[in-house]
This record gives sequence, C-alpha cells and structure tokens, in this order.
Amino acid sequence: DEFHEVSPNKCKSHRGISLPISRVRLIMKSSPDVSSINQDALFLTTKATELFVQHLALSSFNNGSGKETNTLSYSDLANTAEETETFQFLTDILPKKILARDYLKSLEQMQEEDGDF
Amino acid sequence: MAERPEDLNLPNAVITRIIKEALPDGVNVSKEARRAISQAASVFVLYATSCANNFAMKAKRKTLNAGDVLAAMEEMEFERFLEPLREALEVYKKGQRGKKEVSEQKRKDKEKKVDSENDKSREEEDEEEERMEEDAEAENEADDEEVEN
Repeated sequence: DEFHEVSPNKCKSHRGISLPISRVRLIMKSSPDVSSINQDALFLTTKATELFVQHLALSSFNNGSGKETNTLSYSDLANTAEETETFQFLTDILPKKILARDYLKSLEQMQEEDGDF
Repeated sequence: MAERPEDLNLPNAVITRIIKEALPDGVNVSKEARRAISQAASVFVLYATSCANNFAMKAKRKTLNAGDVLAAMEEMEFERFLEPLREALEVYKKGQRGKKEVSEQKRKDKEKKVDSENDKSREEEDEEEERMEEDAEAENEADDEEVEN
C-alpha cells in the first residue's frame, strides 16, 4: 500500500510528503543486508529526504556566490559539500570542477617535479 | 530483476518543487544543480538506510523501524530533522488509523446490507457472511503485515 499525499501550496511546515514512497522504498531495498522495512520507517525516510533536499538547497544558496546572481548553481553545491561536515558524504558525487587548462597545468607541474624516468 | 539507473532516481518535478519551496522567492536553480541535488537525495536515502540498518541489526531485528531511522538521523548529525520528523510521523499514524477505521466501517455497512435482504434464503445469507468475514480477516492481516520483500 502506498501513502502518497500532495503537499499544500508552498506550506513549508506541512506534515505530509510529496516524494513517492514507492520510489524511496526501491532505493532502500537496493541497500545490501536490508530485509524488510516497516511502514513508519518508510514514511520517515521519505520525509527525511525531503527535509534533506531543502537543507542542502538552502545551505548551498546561503553559503555560495549565488546571492549576486540570484541563482543556485552546481558549484554552490560542490563547495558546500566540501566545506560542511554534515554534507561531506556527498563529496564523491558532487566533485568540484576545475577548468581543463588548470588541470593540464597542474599535470605539467607534477611531471616536472617527478623528473624524467 | 535488473534495476535501471533511472529507477533509483527521484522524480525531477517533485525534487524541483521541494527546492523551490526551500529557497527565497524568485531564486533560479540551474538544471545541473537540480540534477545534482536529486542524486544527492538518492545517496542520502542509501546512507540513511545503511545507518538505520546497523541499528536494527544491533538489536537483532530484521525489520527496519521508525526508531532506527531516527537514530540514523542523529548518527548522521541531522538532529535538526528529528523534531519535524516526529511531528510528521504523529500526523501520518493518525491518518493510517483513520483509514483502517474507514475500511472497517465499510465492512460493517456491507454486513448490514446483507442482513436486510429478506428475499434471500437463510443458507445463502450465512454463506455470504462467512465469505465476508474471511475477506475482513484477510484485510486485517494485510494491514498488519509489514512491507514485504
């Protein structure tokens, strides 16, 4: 049985959920060693995920340079993941980007330091 | 059953709506940022599940329960989520109880209807009541059943 409630308009403190429980269940079940999940746990995980999305978006926006451009960009997220302890589990999937030329430059520098073999 | 990558993603429209609700009005969100947040959310679910599962295993339980998830949030240092989660759970549980009462009321109404049908022979009526009792039992079992594998 699925419990899927549409959230009231723009009500930030609503108690229902918007994300589909069935999809969250699918992700949870892909975790090794998980046998079964009770309905309350399923609901809580779904709700927690929504809270997480809000928290990540807002923290990244406040922390980032988007305030001037009024835009939340990828680099805001990557920076926040690196700088904030609670988001550090995300650094692998939110890697900082560097310009190709900067990467090539640093490669060259490393080769110079290593010397020729 | 093979899982396609998109099956482990959350629906973009909902994620976008949640992001917009969290940010001040009029703030833009780049497509790349939206995609990244969606992926981060999936990773969050996995991390939370794994963490909650550790608590369940410690308690020698095979089923993840609400307490495990709350403990996981604390472990992951998302204490700020605990209060809103507990409140939301209360509302959710009340809703679930309400649903159960509604389905039980429907069953009772069905029985009343059968009783009032006088042209049926007594035998037929008894058979029908038996069948409905079986259905109701099955329904109650289904309600009590935990989410299956």
